[in-house]
Amino acid sequence: MDAGSDPAGGKARTTAQRTSDRELVVTRTIDGPARLVFEAWAKPELFQRWWAPTSFGVTLISYEADVRTGGGYRLEMGHPSFDRPMVFFGKYLEVTPGARLVWTNDEGGEAGPVTTVTFEENAGATLVVVHELYPSKEALDEAVASGSTSGWGEQFEQLDELITALNAKA
Amino acid sequence: MVQLSTHLDVSFAALSDATRRGVLERLGNADASISELAATFHMTLTGMKKHVGVLEQAGLVVTEKVGRVRTCKLGRSRLTDETAWIEAYRRHWAGRFDELDKVVEELKQKELSDGRR
Repeated sequence: MDAGSDPAGGKARTTAQRTSDRELVVTRTIDGPARLVFEAWAKPELFQRWWAPTSFGVTLISYEADVRTGGGYRLEMGHPSFDRPMVFFGKYLEVTPGARLVWTNDEGGEAGPVTTVTFEENAGATLVVVHELYPSKEALDEAVASGSTSGWGEQFEQLDELITALNAKA
Repeated sequence: MVQLSTHLDVSFAALSDATRRGVLERLGNADASISELAATFHMTLTGMKKHVGVLEQAGLVVTEKVGRVRTCKLGRSRLTDETAWIEAYRRHWAGRFDELDKVVEELKQKELSDGRR
């Protein structure tokens, strides 16, 4: 599917694709060596500076992580429209410094994906690949569907943006 | 890919009209008959039938005739939904990565000034 390209292009291009019934893949090149990019993911005090940008309208209330194979994490996010914070948690299945992070997303029960992030350095820049593998086609379909039930208004906004993006490319 | 872009063309053409977007919002609240929709949007039955036909062709609306009444409801245009969802997902990550850029840049500068390189 071609909708994942970023019209901005260049180095800052983020791509996203559904690569199969069960998988989503996001890629982005960061200008810096893999060990520093990894550090920004693995050190909680750095991670919480970028994981929930203010432009999302959410705030990171708390974040605890034991970034080691077998370690766990717990993240709480707040939004003016939430009654209570949204909680995200799981555990690290693999932590290979400078190369690879694998964690589970357990807040959604057994339907949650396993996220694998790899860091590949080339000429001082690092290609970051985020791979989310859902347990089944149904689980990913459900994630997509629940994202679009938040109201037609919002969906039209997204469609409008998409059309603008497609037009810019044409 | 030709099929995909044709499908997108049909979907976007269907959504390019304010009345048709209004019909989708209305059907998002509850199913409705063509005559109810015509009344809501102050249109003739024939005019509304045309709009619903365009939406139906794009898979955004499905209709079912029971007796003399044709009921309209939202269709599952999976492709359109999914394309928009993936674009929103991509933007979500793009927002994060823009901030990550800044953090990594800071770490680089700190290393330089610490004289480790």
